[in-house]
Amino acid sequence: MEGHAAGLPTRLRVRYSKTGKIRFTSHRDVVRIWERALRRSGLPVAWSGGYSPRPLLSFGHALPTGAESLAEYLDVSLAPGGALAGAPEDPEHLGHLEDPEHLAEDRGAADGPAGCQALARRLSGLLPEGLDVQAIAPLAHGSGSLQQEVSSCSWKLEVLGLAAEELESRVERLLAAPVVLVERERKGRCAPDDLRPALLALTVVADADHTCGEPATHGERAWLEAELATRPRGVRPRELLEALGLDARLSRACRLHQWIERDGTRREPLVVSGRAAGAVAARAGRRVP
Amino acid sequence: MEPARSLWPQIEPLLYGVQRPARYIGGEQGACAPERRARQVAWLLCYPDTYEIGLPNQGLQILYELLNERADALAERSYAPWIDMECAMRRAGVPLFSVENHLPARTFDVLAFNLSAELVYTNVLNMIDLAGLAVRSSRRAPSDPIVIAGGHCAFNPEPLADFVDAFVIGDGEEVVGEVNEVLAALLPTCTGAARQELLRELAGVRGVYVPCLYRPRYEGARLAALEPLPGAPAIVEKRTVADLGQWPYPRRQLVPLTEVVHDRLNVEVFRGCTRGCRFCQAGMITRPVRERSASQVREMVDEGLARTGYEEVALTSLSTADYSGIERLVRDVVGDPRHGGRVSVSLPSLRVDAFTVGTAAAIQRVRRTGLTFAPEGGTWRMRRVINKLVSEEDLYGAVDAAFSQGWRRIKLYFLIGLPTERDEDVTAIADLAARCAELGRRHHRSATVVASVGGFVPKPHTPFQWAPQDTAAELHRKIVLLRGAARGVRGLTVRWHDPEASVAEGLASRGDRRVGSVIERVWRAGGTFQEWSERFDLRLWEAALAAEGLSFDEMVHRARGREERLAWDHVSAGLHTDFLWEDWQAALSGAAVEDCRWTPCYDCGACTGFGLEHVVASSVPPAGGSQGTWQDLDQGGRIPVRFVSRR
Repeated sequence: MEGHAAGLPTRLRVRYSKTGKIRFTSHRDVVRIWERALRRSGLPVAWSGGYSPRPLLSFGHALPTGAESLAEYLDVSLAPGGALAGAPEDPEHLGHLEDPEHLAEDRGAADGPAGCQALARRLSGLLPEGLDVQAIAPLAHGSGSLQQEVSSCSWKLEVLGLAAEELESRVERLLAAPVVLVERERKGRCAPDDLRPALLALTVVADADHTCGEPATHGERAWLEAELATRPRGVRPRELLEALGLDARLSRACRLHQWIERDGTRREPLVVSGRAAGAVAARAGRRVP
Repeated sequence: MEPARSLWPQIEPLLYGVQRPARYIGGEQGACAPERRARQVAWLLCYPDTYEIGLPNQGLQILYELLNERADALAERSYAPWIDMECAMRRAGVPLFSVENHLPARTFDVLAFNLSAELVYTNVLNMIDLAGLAVRSSRRAPSDPIVIAGGHCAFNPEPLADFVDAFVIGDGEEVVGEVNEVLAALLPTCTGAARQELLRELAGVRGVYVPCLYRPRYEGARLAALEPLPGAPAIVEKRTVADLGQWPYPRRQLVPLTEVVHDRLNVEVFRGCTRGCRFCQAGMITRPVRERSASQVREMVDEGLARTGYEEVALTSLSTADYSGIERLVRDVVGDPRHGGRVSVSLPSLRVDAFTVGTAAAIQRVRRTGLTFAPEGGTWRMRRVINKLVSEEDLYGAVDAAFSQGWRRIKLYFLIGLPTERDEDVTAIADLAARCAELGRRHHRSATVVASVGGFVPKPHTPFQWAPQDTAAELHRKIVLLRGAARGVRGLTVRWHDPEASVAEGLASRGDRRVGSVIERVWRAGGTFQEWSERFDLRLWEAALAAEGLSFDEMVHRARGREERLAWDHVSAGLHTDFLWEDWQAALSGAAVEDCRWTPCYDCGACTGFGLEHVVASSVPPAGGSQGTWQDLDQGGRIPVRFVSRR
């Protein structure tokens, strides 16, 4: 970390949620929203060089337009010579990296937990309603990117027009099948592809806690929880619905977790402490009239 | 009035199945979500085009803030839903709604439309219908919302006269409050005869035109008179804000969540233009010139950038390079260390000269992709007719400067179908553009020039308001001619605007009240979003005209005479008809006029009529003389420009 005299990390990892009406913005929209919020924050974000310089932000796997998420991530590269504003500690925004290898060695005063919590609060204030920063932590030099490291995501998906029992039996059949072929577009051509290896877990669940909000419509509905791999070829939630013989159009969907698997154990890129996670879940459940 | 309850639970399921659902969610930074209170007039500000076109509209944003600052008013916004969303809404029985609180349009007291272009008129009808109202004012119930419209197109209100209860002509900053006061006083009593009373009161507000208080009289196929009923003014005069400095709006420009056009901070540096381009309606109806002080511009820029997080600011006006002290202003903004050296300034309307390009180069430090100039005419003769006094030397100087400063792509705007146009004026466009491409190749192997050609549409309140408009067939012939002349030229592309759409635009621009029925027929036949080329359908317009016993020949392609009653004669932009007619005659004889900011007054009427003067910070004309060209007006085209071939 030469050149970072103020003890500032080279990169920060940010975990945030996307809930409510803003879920209908696209991934590109969210990138632009973040760029503007970071400019207003005064955080010394590093910029790319070249003909058309951009702030060095690295997002994880894009969230489909219309889906909510309790676990979005963003890595921010910092320019040398800046400083984070300090602020009193607030355990609600305390985030930590589970993997000790990932922790920055040098946790000076500026980038310590207090600085990160203050920054999380400040950024949440600069972001539009529905985008809330849950945790920020410095990333050690040489950590992999989110795109490289995240291996699977957990989803909660609403299924309309189908009773839970019927959905149960379809799920059983799907899990029992050795091969699940779906049509996929690859290089402009449609080709069959097996999504079964990427289907890590699938269950029908109740939505007692309304994680995904109040019911949008009347009629039969059920909920799925799924863990879908993101590599070598990831599966999108809508492809899963299609494989279940359902209308491939997403209705309510929520990304609950992103996972990094290493040496047989999985961990989140950045963990939110219990209280904060609860607060986020409560926020996600509350509907704006 | 119906209780105002959010439609969000019905809207949300529709959003999973439409393109760009973020168009319908609101949530912009700077937006208000006002709560309804008693004795407030609730305005729904409507833009009759898609969200991404309508959101940046500065006029709408100014009124939005002014109304929400008032204790006796509140304002929300609505945009035309795209076709997929409209279908979903109609199927689900969801009416037009506001994007802030997602309230039904019918629960507002006023639907106020911004009219920026004529081809959106069918969308106005569609939005009124989606709101659940009868499209014709005469069929609406006394308790229905009042439909108001303003914006540049309101200077000929007649094509929408049957659908809009009241038009507001000119600058809206002052008059919107006066209209609100009338509504606040009379709306609560609004049943039966009281609605007529309210409309009569509105007609008493200066700048407001209430069409139901006027009776058109026709003689044969022509409009003969528009007779005001007792109490209605014979002439409705536009409103003009004397001092822009008193209105530093928008103070809190909306920052959208999703991508829109002009997605940047916009700060208006002056209003009005006196260059006198004879085809330009905006330049004629927004006179006189009123500049904002440089210090106020700086405040609005600094505050706006800090608040929004944008990295680009556009200094807007009809011709920003003419702003007094423009160089210093942009240097100060770009060089301000508080903006971290990353802010770029854009000047949306560049003057065609090398000096201006130098300024542009100094400030547009990042992403130098394309630069646009608008010489408008292919020959000096043509440019004198339209009073767009760009000499070939200016153009080549500007283009050469642009390519040498690193730009790779130059776009040139031209009009065809201009009055007195000959074929050589059209083919000269290709020659001009070809020489520009040739200049570009001296700097870059890959330099390109795009000549973008639009069909000229004569507009009300301009010297060309009497001019015949070319038929679509004639425009097509000229395009073929131009393409032939441009064929084989390396690095030159010719693009053109659909001539059929220009003809429909001409009908809506200069039409009288009878055109309203044509618009209604086009709308009923499904003709929405007519300004979108993939949606425009001339056959709908032809069928509607035929059904109404009207024709393009009579309404669009015919030359009008000095004594003819024009459909917009009861609306005054402050310009004397004598001035316009003399300027039209001067155009026909190819005589140009100078910019009156720095030369003697032509008595156009814009200043004297309102007791105003051009408010300019500098009494010295900008570099390049009063027309920015250093030109002797008689000599401009004849200065030979020689090209040395590349070694």
